[in-house]
Amino acid sequence: MSTRDRELRFTHRHLLGIEGLYPFEITDILDRAEVYAAQNRKRAAVPALLEGRTVINLFFENSTRTSTSFERAAKRLGGDVITMNVQTSSIKKGETLIDTASTLNAMHPDVLVVRHGDSGAVKLLSQKMNCAVLNAGDGTHEHPTQALLDALTIRRRKGNITGLTVAICGDVLHSRVARSNIHLLSAMGARVRLVAPTTLLPSSMAVLGAEVFHDMREGLKDVDVVMMLRLQKERMEGTYLPSQREYFHFYGLDYDKLLSAKEDALIMHPGPMNRGVEIDSDVADDLERSAIQEQVEMGVAARMACLEVVTANFDAWRLENEQ
Amino acid sequence: MKQKFKKATGRVAYINARLLDPASDLDVAGGVLSDGESIADFGPHLVNADGLSDEVKVIDCKGACLAPGLIDMRVQLREPGEEHKGTLKSAGISATSGGITSMVCLPNTTPVTDDMSVVEFVARRARKLGLTKVYPYGAITQGLQGNEMAEMGMLAESGAVAFTDGIRALASPKVMRKALSYARNYNLLLVQHPEEPSLADGGHMNAGDLALRMGLTGIPSVAETIMVARDVRLAEDTNGRLHFAHISTAESIGIIRRAKERGVKISCDTAPPYFSLNELAVGDYRTFAKLSPPLRSEEDRQAIIEGLKDGTIDVIASDHAPEDEDSKRLPFAQAAFGGAGLETLLPITLELYHNKHLSLLQALKKITSEPADLLGLASGRLEKGAACDLVIFDPERGWKIDSDQLTSKSKNSPFDGRLTQGRCLRTVIDGRIVFEL
Repeated sequence: MSTRDRELRFTHRHLLGIEGLYPFEITDILDRAEVYAAQNRKRAAVPALLEGRTVINLFFENSTRTSTSFERAAKRLGGDVITMNVQTSSIKKGETLIDTASTLNAMHPDVLVVRHGDSGAVKLLSQKMNCAVLNAGDGTHEHPTQALLDALTIRRRKGNITGLTVAICGDVLHSRVARSNIHLLSAMGARVRLVAPTTLLPSSMAVLGAEVFHDMREGLKDVDVVMMLRLQKERMEGTYLPSQREYFHFYGLDYDKLLSAKEDALIMHPGPMNRGVEIDSDVADDLERSAIQEQVEMGVAARMACLEVVTANFDAWRLENEQ
Repeated sequence: MKQKFKKATGRVAYINARLLDPASDLDVAGGVLSDGESIADFGPHLVNADGLSDEVKVIDCKGACLAPGLIDMRVQLREPGEEHKGTLKSAGISATSGGITSMVCLPNTTPVTDDMSVVEFVARRARKLGLTKVYPYGAITQGLQGNEMAEMGMLAESGAVAFTDGIRALASPKVMRKALSYARNYNLLLVQHPEEPSLADGGHMNAGDLALRMGLTGIPSVAETIMVARDVRLAEDTNGRLHFAHISTAESIGIIRRAKERGVKISCDTAPPYFSLNELAVGDYRTFAKLSPPLRSEEDRQAIIEGLKDGTIDVIASDHAPEDEDSKRLPFAQAAFGGAGLETLLPITLELYHNKHLSLLQALKKITSEPADLLGLASGRLEKGAACDLVIFDPERGWKIDSDQLTSKSKNSPFDGRLTQGRCLRTVIDGRIVFEL
């Protein structure tokens, strides 16, 4: 391997976030994921890169699709997977995060996939773990594999990310998906717009490098991609928003508002959707324009690529440190 | 309910008037020509009927002032819910006799105006009466409870011109900050009744020597000023549009003046009692002078006048609060707050002119074009093609305000017995003469 080749790879031991990654690192993961996506669709065999490896899925927050997606990805690569749902396990009973790390270290995992309700918790855990750590969502901070699978979906549908205009709409303030996507899309040369009422989108969000809109039609004008975000029920009862119907009236994605986007605009949603709250059912189920199902499919491919690179990087790191 | 009137048709010329348009600083001898419901022409050439065809009906104003109809941006209507205190009709009659052609009503009705159906109910009823036009405020919070936001976006779409929790202060800084921020989505104006509830609670008049002597619990002026100061900061932080209702203290004026100099998007109004009366009016336990906020000290009254002069106070609003006898003929501490004010808005405002604090045009501006601009109403100025809403008044005519003679259903005027100058002679709404003295 030449020096140049090594430089153009994703070389980090953990994947904790998208912020700070170079475009070539993102492209490296996307290229690998692209191959997996094709193989998965054909149900073809993939190299058993994780054979004999242990992947622990540690979810401090309830999740179905992300934990299943990681489990599927690790098993496709031949790894042994332990999924621990902390909501129902004994780890939660008063144990600190650091103690949890020691407990898990004793099992000698190769990769730890973590979701935690507090921003920064995954980073703290990564400092104590003797393995690679993948962030599966920390608080309202980052959800890097979601951004990667979104990018993969866009790249497959649109051919490229550079030069596109992407609108991220909804509860940006509380969204880790939005933050990871803003970092990834702007690093890859897309123009990012954020669209939401002021209470869910402070104008200071512009510091992340995106344009801020409070009017949906204005924000969707001529965009190539519309990314909707999930709105939590508890935000709709008067504290952030007056009501569900007012939110849908002004910010719900329906065909009427979609008219201002480009005719072939791609519709995305990280799921699970609140039909009739942030997105109209007709739009969500539009076979031509909605990529929502494809996002789930790309999730497995993107996570396979992430597992592949962090495992390899951890091996390299261990080799270097044990010499 | 059926429509109670016929639409104006044909052309009418109001000639021989002192024509006043505060928005454009016009003050000339002239007249106005209406065509059906709208203004067809106005200017000095209409000072007499020369050149007008015979089919034009001519009304001679005999040198009286002719100005755009008044806009009263703070009125409590008791309909729906408390019709025994006042109705849309009684308020309409009272307002037209005071020269008011548009008024904006607070949401503290039953049900509360936090739902689109109430906005539409009030607008439809008022339209059919054909008296003073009524524009509703929407509630900022659901049920005026100060906790969860009301559907301000949809209320605005159905016709609410601005938002307020009425006679209740929006007390929680967290809710106020969210509401100011949320209102920015639709560029909506929020109106605050600035009074810290925990300081005003249990009080009945201005806190001070007089309250001590009378043995009444006072409401300190700091109850108003700390909320003004707080909300100025919140408006600054959120970049939201905020208006303070019925400013009554000198200190508030100072805070607002400095904030405006910094460019904060705030405005304010005061009501006639706060520049024409002081706390002495409640001496002898006169419950008709029990107002909210309470009448303040003489120093405060003079500061309010200074605020009106230098433009710190943008608008004068009547703060009309009809209360029936049963709510007022009570021991002071038990009596309701508030005074009827529609019919006295014009003469008391004109006192500022007679006392040489403001020019006639400056005084009129605060009850015509200033509130119109603030609320985005098309009225309040003379404009060809605009609705023909006019007031014809004699600024010099002296009269004695007599509560019993008021047309308002509730007669609780704090100005009973006051000798005043300036009287509405005729009120025209959409080209129809709806009041004639």
